[in-house]
Amino acid sequence: MSLIAQATTTDLTTPSVDWWGVMPLLLLTAPAMVLLHASSLLPKVFKGFYTLVTVAIAVVAGGFAIGLWWRVTDVDRGPFSTLGGAFGVDGFSVFVTVLLCASVILAALLADGYLRREGLEGAELYVLLLLSASGGVIMASANELIVMFLGLEILSLAVYILATSHVRRFASQEAGMKYFVLGAFSSAFFLYGIALVYGATGTTSLIGIRTFLATNTLLDNALLLAGFALLLVGFGFKVAAVPFHAWTPDVYQGSPSPVVAYMASGVKAAGFAGLLRVFYLAFSTERTDWQPIVYVLAVATLLAGAVLAVVQTDVKRMMAYSSISHAGFILVGVQAASARGTEAALFYLAAYTFMVAGSFGVITAVSRKGDDHTSLDDFKGLASAKPMLAAAFTVMLLAQTGVPLTSGFFAKFGVITAAVDARSYWLALVAMLSAVVGAFVYLRIIVAMYMGDSHDDHVEAHADGDAAVAVRADGGLAVLAVPTTLWIALAVAVAVTVLVGFLPGLVTSLAQDAAPALIPAR
Amino acid sequence: MLAALLAAAESAEAISPPFPHLLTALIVVPAVGALLVALISKQRPDACRQIGFLAAALTGALSVYVLIKFQATDGNFQFVESSTWIKEFGIGWKLGVDGISLFLVVLTGVLFPVAILAVVPDHDPKPYYAWLLVLQSASMGVFLALDLFVFFVFFEIVLVPMYFLIGKWGHGNRTYAALKFFIYTMFGSAVMLVGIIALVALTQRATGGATTFDLQALADAQALSTNTARAVFCAFALAFSIKVPIFPLHTWLPDAHTEAPTAGSVILAGVMLKLGTYGFLRFGLYLFPEAARWAAPVFLVLGVIGIIYGAIVATMQKDLKRLVAYSSVAHLGFIVLGTFAINRQGITGGILQMVNHGLSTGALFLLVGMIYERRHTRLIAELNGLQKAAPLMAASFTVVMLSSIGLPGLNGFVGEFLILNGTFIAHRWYAVVAATGVILAALYLLWAYQRTFHGSPKQVENERFADLNFREGAMMLLFIGGIVFMGVYPKPVIDRIEPAVDRLIAQVEDKTETFTAPEATPALAAGEDHAEPAAAEGEDAGDEGGGETGTDDAEVGAAAAEAEQQAVTEPPARAGAAQLTEALEAAEASAEEHE
Repeated sequence: MSLIAQATTTDLTTPSVDWWGVMPLLLLTAPAMVLLHASSLLPKVFKGFYTLVTVAIAVVAGGFAIGLWWRVTDVDRGPFSTLGGAFGVDGFSVFVTVLLCASVILAALLADGYLRREGLEGAELYVLLLLSASGGVIMASANELIVMFLGLEILSLAVYILATSHVRRFASQEAGMKYFVLGAFSSAFFLYGIALVYGATGTTSLIGIRTFLATNTLLDNALLLAGFALLLVGFGFKVAAVPFHAWTPDVYQGSPSPVVAYMASGVKAAGFAGLLRVFYLAFSTERTDWQPIVYVLAVATLLAGAVLAVVQTDVKRMMAYSSISHAGFILVGVQAASARGTEAALFYLAAYTFMVAGSFGVITAVSRKGDDHTSLDDFKGLASAKPMLAAAFTVMLLAQTGVPLTSGFFAKFGVITAAVDARSYWLALVAMLSAVVGAFVYLRIIVAMYMGDSHDDHVEAHADGDAAVAVRADGGLAVLAVPTTLWIALAVAVAVTVLVGFLPGLVTSLAQDAAPALIPAR
Repeated sequence: MLAALLAAAESAEAISPPFPHLLTALIVVPAVGALLVALISKQRPDACRQIGFLAAALTGALSVYVLIKFQATDGNFQFVESSTWIKEFGIGWKLGVDGISLFLVVLTGVLFPVAILAVVPDHDPKPYYAWLLVLQSASMGVFLALDLFVFFVFFEIVLVPMYFLIGKWGHGNRTYAALKFFIYTMFGSAVMLVGIIALVALTQRATGGATTFDLQALADAQALSTNTARAVFCAFALAFSIKVPIFPLHTWLPDAHTEAPTAGSVILAGVMLKLGTYGFLRFGLYLFPEAARWAAPVFLVLGVIGIIYGAIVATMQKDLKRLVAYSSVAHLGFIVLGTFAINRQGITGGILQMVNHGLSTGALFLLVGMIYERRHTRLIAELNGLQKAAPLMAASFTVVMLSSIGLPGLNGFVGEFLILNGTFIAHRWYAVVAATGVILAALYLLWAYQRTFHGSPKQVENERFADLNFREGAMMLLFIGGIVFMGVYPKPVIDRIEPAVDRLIAQVEDKTETFTAPEATPALAAGEDHAEPAAAEGEDAGDEGGGETGTDDAEVGAAAAEAEQQAVTEPPARAGAAQLTEALEAAEASAEEHE
């Protein structure tokens, strides 16, 4: 009542908006909305229209973000915040924005042929991709826990629907349902965490929290620690960190492959962006409290991801567990809680986006109509049927293994360096050992592709013994249709992976400049 | 031929400067060759083979050019190239070659074209040649790198082509062997990566300078505290121990070597096993002198165990290729022993033995491959009396086998003698035990030879066994030429190795306060004086030929080692190896009889 009285007596001042700063976000959401409505009005569009539009939107939004890059890395102007300080624009948020745009582009390219093959053509998937990415942009830029939550929800709700988007496939429905129920749980945890942090610090603004913690010593920080824990549950769920990973294999296996490519790259990037922003920036003074938690999370994630991947027989599930393991590697960078660690995590996310998009590109092609040919046996003999496809997958898998001269090696190198710098020698060791276990998984897939005709113990042991399966698989591989858009996505992914593998300086210098910053509103 | 080249090299030393980026060319040429092969149509296997061979041979020629231009008396790195690669991390593209790596580079250069020429793959020739060339490029990179990061990159890259070579063109249980090989080695290098990063980060923190992966800078800094240096050394040592492989970590080797295609086995034995022993010298001793000395007893024990264990297990093998594989475990035990004797004789012998092992075991694998091609079995039980049908092969096998056993006048003897000599000076009893390994080597190889080649053929296939054709004969002649040359006149080789070894030992002495290489004590350094009688006796024994010879030689070697115990004369130290080579010259005649 009193608020209304105030509003009537004094002028209500709304915060000033720096339109250029929020332009990438607007350029993702507004055209997506237009596209959604236009698609229901336009009677018939030419083949690949929606893909083209989506790619164009993402390119423009990414282009604007790159324009912002020069502004925020400029010595004189630097990072800034807008919308009353709730929306920060710094090298970090711009980097993640560009990454999300790249992830959308790759996923859209994969989706083009996929939707046509499955008879699911329409604009919905593309619109949801763009909207989800906009949620990610908000998370990467949020200077407010509430705004962070909004971003998280926009990101998540779109992805829940994306997971179910193969309407004729039961597994897809199940995946979406599972993801939604568990995701809602994690969101509740996240929100509760915000409440507790608010209780402990009296503010939800990241800047306010940092100032409060820097100037006050909490005699009893139980509330704050509980808040940390609950926030970590929320983020841990989004990035698929153990023990909040249980949804990952089922959802990855059931969801449409192009969507999984986005989940593993875009959603993960957004989740880590939020995690870094909240913990590395706002809670930086309390790092001795949260670093050990992240340490344990990282170890569990690394080991569980790598070891559980070994016993899988479905390539999509293998990739799911491998993505868990990769999340562990990025957590190693987060755990360092240093500029170098953040930089390494960003590099890892950038490299992983292309690796995983390429991997799921190949899986999209091999899964064939019905999207269910993803067992290891379905990849047998791929090298002889589709040598280029097998070669591309090999590059992706070797990059995920961390073989030198691929981006994956430098990604691992970066996080290990950060960990060693932070004197977490054992964590570095565990990470590298889990990489060795992971290598076994990737090599198994390579074995299946190149040496699939042999009587290999590892493959044989898990084969269902049904000779008909093998026959069908081989017959199917020969007539495998690979649409042009998928080739483009694969070419981009391979080119980036190899190029960055030779010249990592291209990305490391960017990641170095992409330091997150908390700038109060002017 | 090699002798003439080396002689010419000595006279024309350093007149014209070699063209720039010579060492980079050694890495790039095979890589470009691999790319070219990859671009050729699958329908033209001949073109693939030609391009593949040309690229490998060109690399070989370049490596020989390096050998010619190499300045024998200089112990420092030569042909050094240095440029920035990744500024952010302080990583430089730095290459160089010294006496320790020189002959390994030449071996890598020469062995690949030979392996390509000797073996025609039974399917998919295009990727086969491409992978071989990638392997050559990466192996070169490992031996040439003077930047820890560059070294690690190549050390890891090597796994990929070898994995595919074993997995795709191998025999029997090949995917299992390939996986085991990859995972095992990657396990070691994963730990090493943490070690490398820790070393670089801690050095940077201690010196306060820029981050650098430069090998020489790190070796000069020695900024780590004793315990940290030891821990980091262990990380390196684990990777190298797996790669060598040293006794308890060797289980990947028999599988990988046995299942690999012939060319793969030749390369594995000839080049890739040296990555570990080379790593110990270049990175273990050089970067962590104190830690290496601290850990030396462990490696000496494991080396001796490897020698004895490898020999005993080899004796029991039913598969000829597996037997040769286990013999590698024994031979590498010797190299480890020499390396961790940490004196001139031991290390020089170790390096020499790396080259020798590449020649003799490479040749043995080629011969076993030829037998397999003809008979499609490697089981000793099914092979008998091959000598009747294939006298030339039997003769080649004899020479190569005797070289592997360590018959005086052939290359194996020189290396093993120097190793035992060096070990004896430093750690008497290890040498005594290790010397029995020589006897065991004679046992398993001669016994295998006897069963395979002697007697009358029992199966029709063995009666109709085809002898070496011209190509194979020429190939074997090349190997035997190298074997005899290195056995009779190792002086030019040793001359080039020793300055670098001296420099390495000086580094160990400089950086560890109380340590001097054991050979400095006159009472124990007199061993070389007995080289002459030992060699002379060996020569006598060699004349007798036949089955017992090797055993006798081994005993002579052991006796000579024991004799040193009593000798107390003035130290001849420096000229020791040269003296030995002179003594061995006389043995040439006996060696040629075997041929």
